[in-house]
Amino acid sequence: MAVTGLFLIFFLLFHMYGNLKMFLGQEVYDEYAHWLKVDAFVPIFPHGGFIWVFRAIVLAALALHIWSAITLWLRANKATESRYAVTTRLEQTYSSRMMRWGGVILAGFLLWHLYQFTLAPTNESPYAAVSEAFSQWYFVALYALWLIAVCMHVRHGFWSAFTTLGANTSAKAKLVLDGLAWIVAIAIYFGFILMPVAVLLGWIG
Amino acid sequence: MSENTINITLRVWRQPNGHTPGKLVSYPVKDVSTDMSFLEMLDLLNEELTVKGEEPVAFDHDCREGICGMCGVVINGTPHGRGSSPVPTTTCQLHMRMFHDGDVITVEPWRARPFPVIKDLVVNRSAFDKIIQAGGFISVNTGAAPEAHAAPVPKLKADRAFDAATCIGCGACVAACPNHSGMLFTAAKITHLAMLPQGQPERHLRIKKMIGVHDALDFGGCTNIGECAAVCPKAIPLDVISQLNRDLISSLFTRDGK
Repeated sequence: MAVTGLFLIFFLLFHMYGNLKMFLGQEVYDEYAHWLKVDAFVPIFPHGGFIWVFRAIVLAALALHIWSAITLWLRANKATESRYAVTTRLEQTYSSRMMRWGGVILAGFLLWHLYQFTLAPTNESPYAAVSEAFSQWYFVALYALWLIAVCMHVRHGFWSAFTTLGANTSAKAKLVLDGLAWIVAIAIYFGFILMPVAVLLGWIG
Repeated sequence: MSENTINITLRVWRQPNGHTPGKLVSYPVKDVSTDMSFLEMLDLLNEELTVKGEEPVAFDHDCREGICGMCGVVINGTPHGRGSSPVPTTTCQLHMRMFHDGDVITVEPWRARPFPVIKDLVVNRSAFDKIIQAGGFISVNTGAAPEAHAAPVPKLKADRAFDAATCIGCGACVAACPNHSGMLFTAAKITHLAMLPQGQPERHLRIKKMIGVHDALDFGGCTNIGECAAVCPKAIPLDVISQLNRDLISSLFTRDGK
């Protein structure tokens, strides 16, 4: 759970870096996309080879992440004999409580996201496809909502992953990890939403 | 000292035994002194029930001074019932001054499969004993007490060991956990022994055995929610769980841990 989760956060940050290349114009963005899909590390990988290796690694991480989540979910259900008539929550955050159902929602949106931009892009040029998508206000709004779910998942996930790996060694360490989790979540939110908003407002695209 | 009394309504979980389904039953309790502890209030209810010829409410208790870990019920959704108070407490140290006249108070047993209900509010917590039996001890030859200065312990480690050792094994952590994980309890025992020189020889073997039994007893997995530490009457911090994870990871890479 922790290792695959951190890897997926790393992937998200890199994805965000790629998205932000939209600000450098069509040529740079399309060239970056082309490099990733065709030319990446060509003497080592064949043309178009690297992207499939990378996709396989990300999908494997995702599959292991989901498998761990289902295992934990089933174990929690098995450990529950009956439900309390009254439950008062003292400490838990909304994002920690929503890790499971939030994860299901994220997976659903992810399928749509992959379909739209990877499986059936509306334009040969990725730059044009992204610009077309985000020039519709409702699509940007939906994307912004989806990102909230992503960032809530990342906020608890980041702190939880480091705790599972043994980094939460004191009250001070907890503060630091919590702070870092917030910073990463907020950075991901703004890093991802900046480009669609810029497209919508006509700054780029 | 002026004595205030309040009238409350209790909704208590009544279950005759482990095989029969239980239900919440309402009992009005009148003239409860606010100086009473929660358990004394239950005693009051039980006296009235006994006089009326009804079965008294079964609940666990022993020292009634917050150190034995025997008592513990879920009060208004919080194990031990500290509610919004910042002070961690056991049920026996919770006083009726925390409540107001006319309050409806829901009292339930710990709910988790490894802690089956025996009767009413009494649950069987021997699952914790099984975790301890798996490795929560040190193997030493008995004899005269060793010289105290023979095994020096750094102050910070001694303090951490002591803090973890204050765990009284009441089970509130499992009761509060959305996953019903016994991780805070197990981690407190692991941390207690891992900080001290006496705990080192069996350190890596111990953690694997204890976690193995913890999982085999159908406790849930930890997802770092933090409810356990929030209800712990001894304020065992969440960081003991990270200590457990650290030791578990390093046990995978030591021959001693196999």
